[in-house]
Amino acid sequence: MGTHRTIVRGPAIPLAIALAVLLGACASRETVVLLPKADGSTGAIGASRDGGAEVVLDSPYAQARTGLGGGLRHGTSNADAVHKRFGAALAAAPPAPKGYTLYFLVGGDEFSPESSAAVTQLLEDMGKRPEPEVSVIGHTDGTGNAADNDVLSLQRAERVKQMLVERGVPADRIDVAGRGWREPLVEAAPGVDEPRNRRVEVSVR
Amino acid sequence: MRIPGFRFLPAVLAMALAMLVAAAASAAGPGFGMVKTSTGDVRIERNGKVLPAPVGTRVEASDVVRTGKDGAAGISFVDQSRLSLGPNSVLAIDRFEFDPTTHAGAFDSTLRKGTLSAISGKLAHASPKAMTVRTRSTILAVRGTEFVVSVR
Repeated sequence: MGTHRTIVRGPAIPLAIALAVLLGACASRETVVLLPKADGSTGAIGASRDGGAEVVLDSPYAQARTGLGGGLRHGTSNADAVHKRFGAALAAAPPAPKGYTLYFLVGGDEFSPESSAAVTQLLEDMGKRPEPEVSVIGHTDGTGNAADNDVLSLQRAERVKQMLVERGVPADRIDVAGRGWREPLVEAAPGVDEPRNRRVEVSVR
Repeated sequence: MRIPGFRFLPAVLAMALAMLVAAAASAAGPGFGMVKTSTGDVRIERNGKVLPAPVGTRVEASDVVRTGKDGAAGISFVDQSRLSLGPNSVLAIDRFEFDPTTHAGAFDSTLRKGTLSAISGKLAHASPKAMTVRTRSTILAVRGTEFVVSVR
């Protein structure tokens, strides 16, 4: 019996080492899980490994994992499994940004009454966030040419930045941009003077 | 009498204008991201130095964010995307470019180890190729979504 064992042990040692090396090489196990969004919808992710074919994840909890071979294994995870492994990362997510739409009174530098109320809410919101920052983005209606609208929308955003600074928001926490007519709030044909599109969107993060 | 330098004035003005345009295009600037949540051991490696990363720390291109065994951190970006890390994680910010007027740009990061939760923003919304997250062997193209990734 003893002799028999020795014979077996001989080849078993190099085999064990080979297995350990193989496991070591695959110790980097990678997993990606697509989550449903807060609004209930789901986007998509394309996952590809080492230039291989792409695996598309586009349903809630769809999962791709690296396997022992070269490819990706497609599967499905669930809320419990995600919470167990990713709970700490998910809990560390910064608060969701929140947007406020502001309108000026016609021909002036004053906010409309609704917008003045929105500014008050915005400032309260900032007070509740850790190290808050704001993006101030100006928009125009569809009249005029694109280059002029870019300039005009940026001017609108700069004016709102100034107003926020006057209300105590540090200037280095505000980024401004003009989107021109690229992102109308309501659909309107080019050239149409749609007042709801002449606005400034402020988002707090 | 002519002042020789004035001959170059148009060129100088053109150059100044070009620089202004370039500055506007990268309006996101160096402060494109900020640490908004930070618990336990959280550090940023920048230019060979290791800095503590409490809430309020600005995140720059080429930063590597590391969390210890009790650490977790969340970062908000100017395009409204958000990334957060669980414990024992290493995330490299490889590239962040964002034009707030056109929404063109690129956001590439690499999870070297640990756990990452991601919520995409305006870059991924504008182009399905703009945001990628890499791991050691896999590249993820993000098409407007929320997801989690782990490397162990």
